Amino acid sequence: MLSRTADNLYWMGRYIERSENNARILDVAHRMSLLPSLTGEHRTEWQSAITISGGETHFAEHYGTPNETNAVYYMTLDRDNSSSIYSCLRAARENCRAIRHAVPTEVWEAVNTTWFEIRDMTQNRLLSRGAQQFYDWVKERSSLFRGVTVGTMLQDDSFHFARLGTFLERGDNTARILDVKFHVLLPMGEQIGGALDYYQWTALLRSVSALRNYRHVFGSEVVPSRVAQLLILMEAMPRSLHHCQAEIVTHLDALGVAYGQRHECHRMAGEAHAKLRFGKIEHIFDVGLHEYLTDYIERNANLGVQIAKDFLLTREPVIAEPASQGQTPGMQTQTMGGMSQTQSG
Amino acid sequence: MTKPPAFDEMTLPDGSVRSVYDNVDKWLREAATDRLDLKRREADTIFRRLGITFSVYTEGGDPERLIPFDIIPRVFGADEWARLSAGCVQRVQGINAFIRDIYHDQEILRAGVVPSEQVLKNDQFRPEMRGIDVPRDIYAHIVGIDMVRTGENEFYVLEDNARTPSGVAYMLENREVMMRLFPELFAGQRIAPVDTYATELLRTLSSVAPSGASNPTIAVLTPGIFNSAYFEHAFLAEGMGVELVEGQDLFVDDKKVYMRTPAGPKRVDVLYRRIDDSFLDPQAFRPDSVLGVPGLMSAYRAGNINVANAVGTGISDDKSIYTYMPEIIRFYLGEEPILNNVPTFSCRNDEDCKYVLAHLDELVVKEVHGSGGYGMLIGPTATQDQREEFAKRIKATPHVYIAQPTLALSTCPTFVDSGVAPRHVDLRPFVLSGDQVRMVPGGLTRVALPEGSLVVNSSQGGGTKDTWVLEG
Repeated sequence: MLSRTADNLYWMGRYIERSENNARILDVAHRMSLLPSLTGEHRTEWQSAITISGGETHFAEHYGTPNETNAVYYMTLDRDNSSSIYSCLRAARENCRAIRHAVPTEVWEAVNTTWFEIRDMTQNRLLSRGAQQFYDWVKERSSLFRGVTVGTMLQDDSFHFARLGTFLERGDNTARILDVKFHVLLPMGEQIGGALDYYQWTALLRSVSALRNYRHVFGSEVVPSRVAQLLILMEAMPRSLHHCQAEIVTHLDALGVAYGQRHECHRMAGEAHAKLRFGKIEHIFDVGLHEYLTDYIERNANLGVQIAKDFLLTREPVIAEPASQGQTPGMQTQTMGGMSQTQSG
Repeated sequence: MTKPPAFDEMTLPDGSVRSVYDNVDKWLREAATDRLDLKRREADTIFRRLGITFSVYTEGGDPERLIPFDIIPRVFGADEWARLSAGCVQRVQGINAFIRDIYHDQEILRAGVVPSEQVLKNDQFRPEMRGIDVPRDIYAHIVGIDMVRTGENEFYVLEDNARTPSGVAYMLENREVMMRLFPELFAGQRIAPVDTYATELLRTLSSVAPSGASNPTIAVLTPGIFNSAYFEHAFLAEGMGVELVEGQDLFVDDKKVYMRTPAGPKRVDVLYRRIDDSFLDPQAFRPDSVLGVPGLMSAYRAGNINVANAVGTGISDDKSIYTYMPEIIRFYLGEEPILNNVPTFSCRNDEDCKYVLAHLDELVVKEVHGSGGYGMLIGPTATQDQREEFAKRIKATPHVYIAQPTLALSTCPTFVDSGVAPRHVDLRPFVLSGDQVRMVPGGLTRVALPEGSLVVNSSQGGGTKDTWVLEG
């Protein structure tokens, strides 16, 4: 396999996952905005949605103060936002198109069909169909992608790269949601037990499909430290940091065996995994949840950079090309842009 | 324009059917038009689903277009094919001998068979290739020969494509689609298979690996996904089971070429490149090329990699060299050419010039380096004034003009909106040269779909057909 192919597989996985994460972030913001607010307005929900997605600065420059309309547009259909659902699905499709011959038809068709549907989506259609419905559709398409990936791809190095992209992106996203939401919710911790508070925490759990799991493990009382424990340390929880890190280690190990060599990224992933595996939630709160999560997000980003160094194509700047045979410049650079966006957030 | 009556490959003027078309004729008589129409639409669906599209990147519109596929096959008999293929093989042997010579001793120039300035001052001549030895002395490993037919036994070569000929994927996919749509047609007779092409190509490329490379690594070099023939590049790489690489996937270290892989650098021995010479290596040719591989030519000169087709093969498919092809074959092979060139009059020769001036109403006159129809006279349709005007220009600068008769291209039955009707066709078979010369029995038949049209190019309403060679 070529490094470029590995790169395309990895970014395809990341972008599909990122589109789903956007839908989840918006979904929870939407649910929270339906609640009576203490201040009578819901700016914080939409502000935090933008913050989680890492687009704060870019958004402020183009839209100013977030409200439901501009925040939803920015994170779903805005073509100028390289992390909008539209841009993610487009980037996923371009990455997949470049390696069509290297993935099963089902994977290509899942990604390609998704792209054609979002390509024709307008804000009016999105709203008339119902934003929630749209988020469900994005999650479904992402689930379909995961399904055909696991169900049809040869589980060789190409599979490992696609899965690495998925879990690096997901770990990053769960950490961001937790960080921002705890920041918003914890000051209200003094009123724990109120109906509003309860709804806020359940909405957070819902956003990562963890509400049922939480009740199953901890019962119906929602306690912030247990929410953190579930989403950080519990390996069995598919969107927890521990789970994501364990998957990353598994796939990196498999690559190490396939290629007969281990790299710096193996050490970094193992170290992060050990911290989660042997971590205690009390210690995390002692350090400070925000500090802990910020540290995780940074290490996760560094791991992404290291994986790119160890396995993927080191891209050189793409210069304008001669017209007669050329490719469109710019298409190849977007993947790195996507990552730096994540890092800057 | 009054055209001479065209030779129809199925039906003779007396209404009788040429025997190689017996089965096709019977099938067409029995098949209902709406069934054929249904099958035609089914074919489109298959092509689109398989992604067999020809990308046209211009402003607006769907960039991924289908080339129209005609469901009625074109048929050659075993004897016809034997002669055609022998002619193609002979021509390619001549081409390879010619290229080797002009980059080494240039005997053909010294013998005065081809004028020196036609070669040495030609844009397609690559002085960088002087004195470089390539494995097995083969330069044009893959050649597509464009031919037309004008009668039972008359075939003319229009053009030799010795750089990066395309279209072979259509030959293969057309057959694949025909076998899916009409299995009963294939059951009724023995049609020579073409699906061994990728294997033959791999054998050919392996056989020209630099000496010492046992079990050579081969890769297909493409300009990238936005190239109009990208589908074919991916198709051939997949068919051979080799990597499809872009310039950015390769690098040169110590005059050796490597692919970047997640497992580390992997040495490449043979590159089947689908990029023009001038884009191959920014250090040797166009410095602005980002499609190529810096240092590739240094590795090539050092004999550490082979490139197919070789650098500098463009000299043999140049319009001005074409006219010398019969002489080239005689010079190197000592044989009479099996296939005809279209008779070409070079106005640089006094005798030819006189003939051209006397027959302007029958000839097509072109500038040697002209293109796009500029500076061209189509004698039979021109006015007397236009012909007189052109005669003056020829007399003033005779050496820039050539002239050819207008050919009556053969027709084949084709399924069009009005039903089954004759349409003009050409043929591009592919010749592979390595340890031996290989040809799969078939080729790409292009058909001009508008009634009376002689233009088979896909950009101007041309379609394709499956091309059958019956086994004897």
